[in-house]
Amino acid sequence: MTGRRLAGGGGPVIPNFGKPSSCLKHNGWFCTDWLHAHWGDILQPALVQHVLLTLLAVGIGFGIAFLLALLGFRFRLLNAPLGAFTDVLYMLPSIALFEILLPITGITWTTILIPLVAYTLFVLYRNTVAGLRAVPGEVLESARGMGLTRRQTFLRVELPLAVPSIMAGLRIATVSTISIATIAAFLVADGLGKPIFDALEQPDIFKTELLAGGVLVVLLALVADALLSLLQRALTPWTRVR
Amino acid sequence: MPTEAAELVFDEATKVYPGRAGAAVDRLSLAVPAGEICVLVGPSGGGKTTALKLVNRLIPLTSGDIRIDGTSILRHDLTELRRSIGYVIQQVGLFPHMTVEGNIGTVPRLLGWPKRRTRERVGELLELVGLDPEQDRRRFPAELSGGQRQRVGLARALAANPALMLMDEPFGAIDPIVRTRLQDEFLRLQQELRKTVVFVTHDVDEAIKVGDRIAILREGGRLAQYDTPQRILEQPVDDFVADFVGRDRALKALALRTLGELRLAPVGNVDGLPRLGAEASLRDALALLVAERCDVLLVVGADGEPLGVVRREDLLA
Amino acid sequence: MIAGSLFLDAFRFIPHHASLLLHETGGTAKLAFAALGIAVALALPLGLWLGHRHRGLLLALGVSNLGRALPSIVLIGFAIALLRLTFFWECAVALVILAIPPILTNAYFAIEGVDPDAVEAARGMGLTEAQILRRVELPLGLPLILAGLRIAAVFVIATATIAGIVGGGGLGDVIANEQTYGSAGVLGASYCVAAMALLVAAALGLLQHVTYRRMAPRA
Repeated sequence: MTGRRLAGGGGPVIPNFGKPSSCLKHNGWFCTDWLHAHWGDILQPALVQHVLLTLLAVGIGFGIAFLLALLGFRFRLLNAPLGAFTDVLYMLPSIALFEILLPITGITWTTILIPLVAYTLFVLYRNTVAGLRAVPGEVLESARGMGLTRRQTFLRVELPLAVPSIMAGLRIATVSTISIATIAAFLVADGLGKPIFDALEQPDIFKTELLAGGVLVVLLALVADALLSLLQRALTPWTRVR
Repeated sequence: MPTEAAELVFDEATKVYPGRAGAAVDRLSLAVPAGEICVLVGPSGGGKTTALKLVNRLIPLTSGDIRIDGTSILRHDLTELRRSIGYVIQQVGLFPHMTVEGNIGTVPRLLGWPKRRTRERVGELLELVGLDPEQDRRRFPAELSGGQRQRVGLARALAANPALMLMDEPFGAIDPIVRTRLQDEFLRLQQELRKTVVFVTHDVDEAIKVGDRIAILREGGRLAQYDTPQRILEQPVDDFVADFVGRDRALKALALRTLGELRLAPVGNVDGLPRLGAEASLRDALALLVAERCDVLLVVGADGEPLGVVRREDLLA
Repeated sequence: MIAGSLFLDAFRFIPHHASLLLHETGGTAKLAFAALGIAVALALPLGLWLGHRHRGLLLALGVSNLGRALPSIVLIGFAIALLRLTFFWECAVALVILAIPPILTNAYFAIEGVDPDAVEAARGMGLTEAQILRRVELPLGLPLILAGLRIAAVFVIATATIAGIVGGGGLGDVIANEQTYGSAGVLGASYCVAAMALLVAAALGLLQHVTYRRMAPRA
């Protein structure tokens, strides 16, 4: 069907020894024997790689976005250009970015991390700046009047009050990254995108593998969202009252 | 800075905003003796809030000086100055993400107080402002009513035992019933603590009730009159002050005095006479006589025992 | 470095194979805009109506969360595996499903978030519900609605390209077939994809900007 460029496409995914179950013979959606057989060598490693990719992308993205947000918050004039910058990055299709970077950084995780990081910037930057800006004026005034220095006001008042907005951004960025990272497998055969692409490659789409990959991605996204939600609640006890 | 009350002096303090005609505060000069409440009152645009914010340098002076216990505010380190002045604003500005304890303890923590001392101080202050030291210290501002928040704001300002308090329409956003209560409690507190307070309000009645001295600022930030409430009501310096204070200033003046201050006539026949406690104001007494269509009323003491009799003419003398 | 010359080759590829690229771009564009049109027709009215009635917040949030979590390639795979249509329409279905969440959610919040005082005033003046939506809520909510449209458009273009990778057709087909078109071709096609997305994003962004300024003259 396609001449996918990447190396390491893996061997035949449908075991061609022994007796394939009737489920596999008819390309069913949920062939448990295949799932059992290949959890260890296909699905689990892919899941682990996917988690790793996501952690790296969101971690690095958050770091960069946070620094940019500090700049955009502190120097109002910078906010519009920085916002536009992250916006443009977000508008570039992932596949195009992956391909454009390939000649420069090769078939490495760097190539796929750069676009993934770039996508997180849009949401993370925006939400962080908005969160910082949303601190009520009278809170800032009383802080100043009480004699908190600029730095103390930022660390003890503005930043904590921005956490809800920042966490909301992190949740969105994480879920999006988990989803988009599947495309990366087109270039680098890692992550949950690999079994999905493998399944799509087959002349007759391999349903069990496709479903398995898809379900794992969605489950991972839901779990990540739930964990971050718990983290948010732990960090912001004052939002829980009333 | 001393921890008891400080004397505050405005010396030709002026604030002019560039590009705006006329000053916001125009050569304000007045002295607030230590331990007194000075109320800044006036129409909006009169510069009273600006004058207040000049003291803790939230707004920088254009010219003139302000001195606390003789030292110019410009000579103090800015943050130290602010940490040694209690500042209360209308919307309170409690930190939503901190508990009541966290809020009140902010300045002590900044000053490096040991945790135990801060905790004790918080309990002390909560009791002082009429909140529950155990229950309320763990609450978040979102759980409190408007009146409770204002109390916490006050406690927060008092935390480091400042020598000077600046209060900008602190009871403005509260409903009238709670406001009266807070005013009374604040006055009771002040009797105990005797701090130097600069209090801004647009409400003349609040100014009269709360102030030891009142400074009326007219538009353009100029001082119209600086005097005790009594003298402002009885001897307004010009029409502006007279109008501002209100046509009923004579009645307002009556509100400042109590029945207990008068020389009472001996008790005769007390049947059917309306009665009022000695702590009631002359104004309330007059209102009672008008309502009952009487000319005489009986003044009673704390246990209800008759102290004497007062006639309408005595009230108006 | 090799990269340098590759870039040049890619840029040379574009004019040399202009007709091919134009044709393929057209293919991707056809798919993208068909899907976008259907998604708008489905999601926009629903989002506007729900937002106006202030109902369906959970639906709007749920749809948006789900849309974010569903990988595009999985959707395409499902569509191809489940449906018995032409390849074009199978991909279109997947793209429609992908485009609905941002359009729906943004339309919902755009209308729902309009100043309630303005709406109440309009209601008090005797405007019908439809008139309120058309004359008050829609103009005020337009920037946010366009923002959602913009995001949906770019997603759809990106995913249409991926559909091409999986099943042939459009610029994705070029990207998937390095043997046929060479690295320069793949790179050139990628540039075209990026350019197309940026152009659409810029156009809608401009529209968004214009409606912002028209609607809210800051007093």
